[in-house]
Formats: sequence, C-alpha cells, structure tokens
Amino acid sequence: MRELFYSEAIKEAMTQEMEANSKVFLIGEDVGVYGGAFGLTFGMIEKFGPNRVIDTPISEQAIVGMGIGAALMGMRPIVEIMFSDFLLLAMEQIANQAAKIHYMFGGKANVPMVIRTPGGGGTGAGAQHSQSLEAILFHIPGLKIIMPSTPYDAKGLLLSAIKDPSPVIMLEHKLLYKKIKGDVPEQRYEIELGKADIKRKGRDITVVATSLMVHKALAVAEKLAREGIEIEVIDPRTIKPLDLDMIIDSVKKTNKLVLVEEACYSGGFTSFIASEVASKAFDWLDGPIIRVTGLDSPIPYSAVLENTIIPNEERIEEGIRRAIL
Amino acid sequence: MSNIKKELLYEMLTKMLKIRYFEEQIDKLYMKGEVHGTGHLYIGQEATAIGAILALKKEDVITSTHRGHGHCIAKGADINLMMAELLGKKDGYCKGKGGSMHIADINIGNLGANGIVGGGIAIATGAALAIKEMKTNQVVLCFFGDGAINQGVFYESANMASIWKLPVIYVVENNKYGMGFPVSKAVNIDKLSKRADAFGIKGITIDGNDAVGVYDTLSGLISEARSGSGPIIVECETYRWKGHSRVDPERYRTRQEVELWKKKCPILRFKKYLTDNNLITSADIEKIEKDVASQIIKATEFAMASPFPDPREATEDVYA
Repeated sequence: MRELFYSEAIKEAMTQEMEANSKVFLIGEDVGVYGGAFGLTFGMIEKFGPNRVIDTPISEQAIVGMGIGAALMGMRPIVEIMFSDFLLLAMEQIANQAAKIHYMFGGKANVPMVIRTPGGGGTGAGAQHSQSLEAILFHIPGLKIIMPSTPYDAKGLLLSAIKDPSPVIMLEHKLLYKKIKGDVPEQRYEIELGKADIKRKGRDITVVATSLMVHKALAVAEKLAREGIEIEVIDPRTIKPLDLDMIIDSVKKTNKLVLVEEACYSGGFTSFIASEVASKAFDWLDGPIIRVTGLDSPIPYSAVLENTIIPNEERIEEGIRRAIL
Repeated sequence: MSNIKKELLYEMLTKMLKIRYFEEQIDKLYMKGEVHGTGHLYIGQEATAIGAILALKKEDVITSTHRGHGHCIAKGADINLMMAELLGKKDGYCKGKGGSMHIADINIGNLGANGIVGGGIAIATGAALAIKEMKTNQVVLCFFGDGAINQGVFYESANMASIWKLPVIYVVENNKYGMGFPVSKAVNIDKLSKRADAFGIKGITIDGNDAVGVYDTLSGLISEARSGSGPIIVECETYRWKGHSRVDPERYRTRQEVELWKKKCPILRFKKYLTDNNLITSADIEKIEKDVASQIIKATEFAMASPFPDPREATEDVYA
C-alpha cells in the first residue's frame, strides 16, 4: 500500500472531504498562503480558493466562535488552532459554547465542528508551545477528543470527526507530522470514534499509550520482546469517548497495567483509566497500576531538561519493569 | 411619520405587550417560588428588540443574550415553550435543560440566548460568514449589552466581520449598566457606537425606546448589510427597569433615576404614536391587551401542567 506521512494523511482527509462536501471549509491562522505553521495545508488555498481555506487574523476565541456560528448554520467547519497551547485563548467558546450548545438547547441544535491542533513537546519550543492539554478538554462534557498516533488512524478518524454531529477536537503531535510514515488507503474511509486499537499484541503486560507515546511504547516493547516479555500496546485513539472495554479486556488477560502519557502527572487523563480499571477490574490486577507521565512542570527549553520532563523510552521501560516485578 | 404598514404596527404592539406581560408574569412567578433559577428581565427595553427584529426578513437570524426573553418573543418564539422552560419543565424549549439564559429556536432563526456576556458575538459573526459562503443573502442581528462591548471577543469578531464585509449588525443595547457597573465608568467614550471607528465600519447611536425609529433605522441598515457593505454597529439607548437579575439590591442607582426612565416607557410612547396618528383606536388597543394577557395566562397554565423532566433525562443530549 501507499505510504504517507502523518501530516500528509491529515491533509488528504481534509482535501477529500472538502471535494466531496461543499459545506466543509478550513479556517485558521496562516492556513492559506503560508500553508500552515507546519506546512500541513500547503497548496490547499490554491486548490479550494480563499473562501474555503480562510486565513484569519490572530483571534483564537473568535475563530472558534465563528466555527460554532457557521456550524449552527449548517456548515462543517474545520478550525485549525496553530498550537494546542492557544486553545486556552479560545476556551470560553470551546467549553462554554461548543461543548454545551447541544445540551443546553435540549438536543435541538448541533455543532458539527472539528478543531485540529498540534500539541506536545520535544521541539525546543518552550513552555507555551509544547503542552499536552488533553486532560483539560477531557474534563468537559460535550467534547469528543481524538489523538491519532499513525497516518492511517489520522485520516480515518479525521474523516469521521468531520461527519460527526458533535464538536471534535483532534490533538495532533508535532513530532509525528514529518517523522511517522505509514500505509494509508487512497480512498476515503472512516474509523469509528471511541474505538481503541491494539498496536501490538502481547500476553504479559498491557501498556496504554497515546499519540507520540505509542511509538515510544512500541520501541520499548520491541526491546523487551528480546527478553521474552510480551507487551500488549493499546492506543485509545479517541480519548473521549474512551474505549475502556478494550483496556479492561486486555488487563483481564495480562493482569498488569502501565499507562503512558506525555502530559503532566497530576490530573492526567490516564489517572481516569487507572481509577476505572481499579474499580472495574480490581480482582484481575496482579499489582499496582503504574503511570509513566510528564513531570509536574512547564516544558523547558533546553533539550536536556525537556527530555527529563517528557517520558522517554528509559522511563517507560523502567515503569514496565516495575509493573512486572 | 413612518410608513410602516398598519398590520405590522399591530404586530409590533402585540409583541411589545407580549414581552412586557411575559416578564411581569415571570417576576410574579419568581415571587411565588415557581421559578427555580434566575432570570434577567427585559422590561423597559421592548422597543429595541421589536423595532430591530421585526425589520428582519423571516429567514434572517439573531443571537441573543442572558437578557434574551424579548429577542425570543420578537423573533416569534412560542411563549408556551418559553414559560415551560423557565419553570424547568419537560415541554420547555430545551426540555428543562437550558432555562432562562439558553433558549434557542434554530428553525425560526434564533441561534440562542447566551449565559456568557459577549458569548454570542463570535457565533453571530460565524453565522454571517456561513451566509456569505452559502450565498443565502440573510442578515444576522447580534444583540449584546453595553457590558459586552468591552469583552475581547467583540474586538476579534468585529474586526473579522469588517475585513470580510460580513452581513452582521451588532446591536448594542446600552441599558446603562453592566450588572451594577455604570457604562459611564466602564468606557472613556460618550457613544459606544464610536467603537466602529476602530474597525473602519459604520456606527450609529439611536433612541432604543422609540420602536418606530428603531424599526425605520434598522430597516435601512439591514438592507445595507444585505447588499454586502459590511458590518455595522448600532447602539440603542434604553434602560432596564428591573434589577439585573432576581437578586439585586440596586445600590448603584437611585429610585428617581428609575422613575425618570419609566416615564419614557417604550410601550406608552408607541401607543401614543399610534393614537396620535389615528392608526389605532383605544378600543383596538384594549382588545390587543386583553388578548395578550390571556395568551400569558394560557402559557402559564401550559407550563404549570407540563411535567418535570424524568431524572433519567439528565445525561441525555450531552452528545449529538
């Protein structure tokens, strides 16, 4: 099959959906002529014109709010927020408006909007361009959140997200864009939101990881397989709604659970998985659930410091060995 | 004299009274403890909603505010469903999930009231963007108060509307107070419409208690907006008679000030306009008043008779 980079898969999903549905449009800062801060939307404005690939001033709150207004009028906006850190500028519209409109209006209005945004660290961009903010979003009822780790998942999940009647936030990872390549079918296909995926089968221990951490977990699994330790790596892909069933089924098989996320330790979304597994599959656990997460710190600039804060393969391996003991 | 057709003048009077009586009834129901939550009454500002919204075409859209009952009624909302919503009943507009601040009716072009001051401004602007994209030739009236004009989202939204010449009119209802904070202390300009200069767009200030004047002015501005000339800011000067919400000690204003504005009642003024110009008889006015009063009673009966929602519905409608 044809291989695409993660960023190319996202662009292809948007392009194909915009070709198929005139109601779909892209709006954001420098998504047009510039081609996106990461080059992801390069060439789209030439293909679709400035009315469907809309360059905006730097006004995150209003960009998201305009997406909501357009969605209420029957359009299907894809809103790009240049860095996920900037979601915080738009949280009023995301949390108070988009997430709640369907509910507040008694189910009589929909906000079919996708917000795409790159998050994560490892790029030396410092504390305001490197955060993993999924836990903040995870807490708000009414939002769906997808965090694809592969080009295949990125395309399929985004195509589903655009068709979804609820607001969906797609958290991409900057380090996946041009580093991760994979098989992607040329035609359109959808991956159901809320379905996890087993990225590697194993019988000894369950590791749940998201986004970039999936790749780090897979690398560790590869290494430990040489010692005869078979790790099952589960990627939730959609963190809300979360496919807990698949995680619990795996724990029932392996009896051990390690949770890996890039975000800070306190209040990280995997603590929710830990509490759910502890309450629903306690008898199946052979030992404590281990979380490997970012440290409770802003993301520092220097690579040495950044690599200390963000989970690396050594820390993931150490976590897994602790769980196996 | 304006050349508003007689039929429309009757509709204006009917709807202004509907707003007034509806709000008075809600106020009474508060006192009786029938209304579980809070609410913000529109009494005193009726001419603005009526003059502006009745100047729209049916297919045009609005966004409203926390003080939104008047806009809802003007846009043609069913007062039975509104009353039921305020009483937290199953048959309410939002099945009892929204309450006073979240009534919407997409089918009649009401994109919703909003509990956040300024929360609807970007949404209205996005609706205008969609209208431009879909070439449906509609206009958006975006209502908000003098308090909301100082929210950053207004600056962001009006700027984008100005660069893309979107068909949205920002109707600033200057009722003199953002909760208890006087507009004179909140801004360093005498007219809020001067903010338009910052965006290179048209801005005017009008008497928001003059239903005929609001209608005539907005009719012209709506045509302009529809023709693609871009957004406009219209400041409507008016006054809120009641407290900000249910509980308000009103320490920020004097009783004399309120009484002064009550003398400028928009409904009395409109009635006087109609009778002075022989456009309606006193008998007709009385008939309309009676009719509206009975509609309010019916709406109250409907709402009282409606069941409360089933507790099992509490987690429904989180996702579409």
